Amino acid sequence: MMGAASDIAATETAAARVAKASRLSRQRIRSAWLFLAPMLIVLAAVALYPLYRTIWFSFTDASLDLLGEARFIGWRNYLEYVDYGNGDGEWFGLLADPRWWRSVWNTVWFALVSVSLETLFGLVIALVLHKKFPGRVWVQAAVLIPWAIPTIVSARMWAWMLHDQFGIVNDMLQRLGLIDAPVAWTASPETAMIAVIMVDVWKTTPFMALLILAGLQMVPKDMYEAARLDGVPPFRLFRKVTLPLIMPALLVAIVFRALDALRVFDIVYVMTPNTDATRTMSVYARENLFDFDRFAYGSAASTLLFFIIALITIGFIYATRMNLEGDER
Amino acid sequence: MTAPAWLKTTGFYLLVGIIVLQALFPFYYAILTSLEDGQALFEVNYLPAVFDLSNYRSMLSDGVFGKQILNSVFVATVTVIISLFLAITASFALARIRFRGRGLLLLTILSVSMFPQIAVLSGLFELVRAFGLFNSLWSLVFSYMIFTLPFTVWVLTTFMRALPVEIEEAAIMDGASSFTIIRRIFVPLLWPAMVTTGLLAFIQAWNEFLFALTFLSTDSQRTVPVAIALISGRSEFEVPWGNIMAASVIVTLPLVVLVLIFQRRIVSGLTAGAVKG
Amino acid sequence: MASVELNNVCKSFGSVEVLRDVNLSLEGGEFIVFVGPSGCGKSTLLRLIAGLEDISAGELVIDGERMNDVLPARRGISMVFQSYALYPHMTVFENMAFGLEQAKLSPDEIKARIAQAAEMLQISDYMERKPRQLSGGQRQRVAIGRAITRQPRVFLFDEPLSNLDAALRVDTRLEIAALHKRLADTTMIYVTHDQVEAMTLADRIVVLNAGNVEQVGTPLDLYSKPASQFVAGFIGSPRMNFIGGEIAASQGAATFGIRPEHIDLSRKKGQWKGTVRLTEALGSDTFAHVDTETAGMVNVRLAGAERIGEGETVFLTPQPDAIHLFDDAGRPVRKARAA
Ligand SMILES: Nc1ncnc2c1ncn2[C@@H]1O[C@H](COP(=O)(O)OP(=O)(O)OP(=O)(O)O)[C@@H](O)[C@H]1O
Ligand SMILES: [Mg+2]
Repeated sequence: MMGAASDIAATETAAARVAKASRLSRQRIRSAWLFLAPMLIVLAAVALYPLYRTIWFSFTDASLDLLGEARFIGWRNYLEYVDYGNGDGEWFGLLADPRWWRSVWNTVWFALVSVSLETLFGLVIALVLHKKFPGRVWVQAAVLIPWAIPTIVSARMWAWMLHDQFGIVNDMLQRLGLIDAPVAWTASPETAMIAVIMVDVWKTTPFMALLILAGLQMVPKDMYEAARLDGVPPFRLFRKVTLPLIMPALLVAIVFRALDALRVFDIVYVMTPNTDATRTMSVYARENLFDFDRFAYGSAASTLLFFIIALITIGFIYATRMNLEGDER
Repeated sequence: MTAPAWLKTTGFYLLVGIIVLQALFPFYYAILTSLEDGQALFEVNYLPAVFDLSNYRSMLSDGVFGKQILNSVFVATVTVIISLFLAITASFALARIRFRGRGLLLLTILSVSMFPQIAVLSGLFELVRAFGLFNSLWSLVFSYMIFTLPFTVWVLTTFMRALPVEIEEAAIMDGASSFTIIRRIFVPLLWPAMVTTGLLAFIQAWNEFLFALTFLSTDSQRTVPVAIALISGRSEFEVPWGNIMAASVIVTLPLVVLVLIFQRRIVSGLTAGAVKG
Repeated sequence: MASVELNNVCKSFGSVEVLRDVNLSLEGGEFIVFVGPSGCGKSTLLRLIAGLEDISAGELVIDGERMNDVLPARRGISMVFQSYALYPHMTVFENMAFGLEQAKLSPDEIKARIAQAAEMLQISDYMERKPRQLSGGQRQRVAIGRAITRQPRVFLFDEPLSNLDAALRVDTRLEIAALHKRLADTTMIYVTHDQVEAMTLADRIVVLNAGNVEQVGTPLDLYSKPASQFVAGFIGSPRMNFIGGEIAASQGAATFGIRPEHIDLSRKKGQWKGTVRLTEALGSDTFAHVDTETAGMVNVRLAGAERIGEGETVFLTPQPDAIHLFDDAGRPVRKARAA
């Protein structure tokens, strides 16, 4: 550092000379901001400002119809101790609400299980698609179809298939002798989460498979050929060569999916409305915002959800040191 | 480890069969159901038993559903056009001009695409009401920017970086301004990438549910996902499953066709958006 | 007639200094070739002149006018890129017209200029084709054509032939030489790795080494009077032999240099005795690598027809007036009288 500093001083303050000479690139940089401005303004209006307002509302007593008259009330939506005066008292607020914690748990559980299953199935499908076989393109197209179907549509399609009386799933399972009596998949608390996870896995595994496939296709072919010549058994080959090489792609895919799963709303809202068994953070927040007329309280839940996801994202970026600058020429 | 070759092959194709079956069966079953009516609906059929278009007729004849499809088309199309327009210049700056803070900016844009939509819902709701956009389709066009814009910017930036720098430099030597370079060089060269990106953004917008559920309040304004989610009967036993499945097939079929046509492009677009990050 | 002057030009990328105090003065109409090892800053220097990179310090003057802050297109410069950089979605005609449209020329004028350039380069037949429908050599000519139509004062080439196969490279080299004759007023600056290109095309050669100008001079100047050991080693193929130790010291130098073509070989007697280790017969010449007792490995050129067996004992004698001596900083040493 010291050496470099004195070098610069020695060569007649290079910095000053640089600053003077770069009019053309300053012009270019100015045009860069000009090109970015419209996009940044829209993003600020649609993301940053609303986010700021949500956080603000979480510290107020705002209600749906009286947004303008919201008053600051500090942390009371989050946690508040109400003293009953007789030495007794009670905790209120989001952090003291068992239903909130239940929905946090539901969300985390949902994300954990569905992403794990998606990774596993995605890996299998990607490995299959990575092979060359007649009709491969058609199989890939078929695999893509669940991804293309709107979430709401898949939720309803599956709700119908999982119908307790007329559903085809119960029928199949009964024919196969796996269950004796029809199961009320979406209605009963024990199976509601299973149903929701099943649909999510079905719908998003294609995305996972594609990302993993892209990772696989970046692994140089001669690597496999060399290993095969050495007589490495296929499973070992997968564990020692393929897996480490696709790990970066796999990690990115997992994080993308995990962040997506943590904000899950549609499937739960449509398939299993109003049950403690599946209520996720997003569902909890929206319920309070618009159904229970506890706008500020719902905003607090939204805010917490945001920070949970933000923490995970930042942690990931640091952990993997993602190269965002891209390749400098 | 030393299973005979034919067993391996059979096993492999069995796996392929299972993969294809699980992917296609639910949609197949939805089509099957949508063609049934009356009693047939309440019998579990694995193969088409009847061919009855009355579900489709009843969905399309009541007028509202047609209007809702148009709503969805309008919202998704306008959203995509605006996003692409804003994103093409922005991604030029992000991909081709070196300036301080570029990495941080990309990071911010990426993280906006990770925003949980619920986190901005209260604030957006306030904005939408303040601008008098409540129950207007423009509220969706506006709010959908939160996911289509970062996505299009990100993907187009990736594609734009892949174009050779020398072409741009040749244009600079030819005296083209940055805007001309974008318009005359990059847009024509990135046309396929823009189609891909636009298609993916279109699908996202077409499928969105939370904002559409929140910002629209009347039936005739709704988009199709909300419409389908809200079809219900007076009681659990009167849910018109046939109609729901018919509506589902109607909104899904175009997407499936698009996916089949643009399969390769979609795959490259999806992976450009994620893997190369 | 556009003169180009670089005064104390420096270029840094961040804290890395790529060019140091470059001073050059090119006369109008001159054909100048930049040579130097990979990474020495040739392309960077060219791009500074073009305006594609900022000049960190110093001045670029074209025709007496300071150009540091002038937009690339306003400098009166055309550039031919190594990868041609044709616009892939435009036809040959559109490629050539693009720059002229930007300059707001009338359509008639554009057509006339393109027709003229196309004829000069014999590409009139493919005006409606896209670049991907052309061969490498045709693309190269279109790239040159695009550069010509703008009627630049200064023409820049960055290794324009390196993507062509050997035969085509020779043809195109000759065409560029012809082009230079036709456009006698245009100053041409040409970057290459290839010695033959440099020696045959250049009026003057600029040798760059690690961001410094080592020497500027006519090809024959560089060959016969290299200003440094680096230039001596860089110009001429195969490389000059550099011999240190006793032989150099006896002449009052750190290094004794002699080109393979300036050594006489004899089977009977000579200054250095040695054994032939390896011979390379190229047809026109034969090169013998001789392991000498006093001077180490020495490369000698023989006539193409001459045959010499590996393992034979031979004697070598350097031609006295072709000896180059360098001190330990690589600077030339005044030649001492024959020892
Ligand atoms: N944009 C840049 N940022 C940082 N360093 C750069 C940049 N461009 C070039 N350099 C560095 O500047 C030095 C000179 O590069 P330049 O391209 O001019 O070399 P060159 O002589 O043309 O080499 P070659 O013969 O291989 O083309 C190299 O060390 C290179 O790494
Ligand atoms: Mg170069």
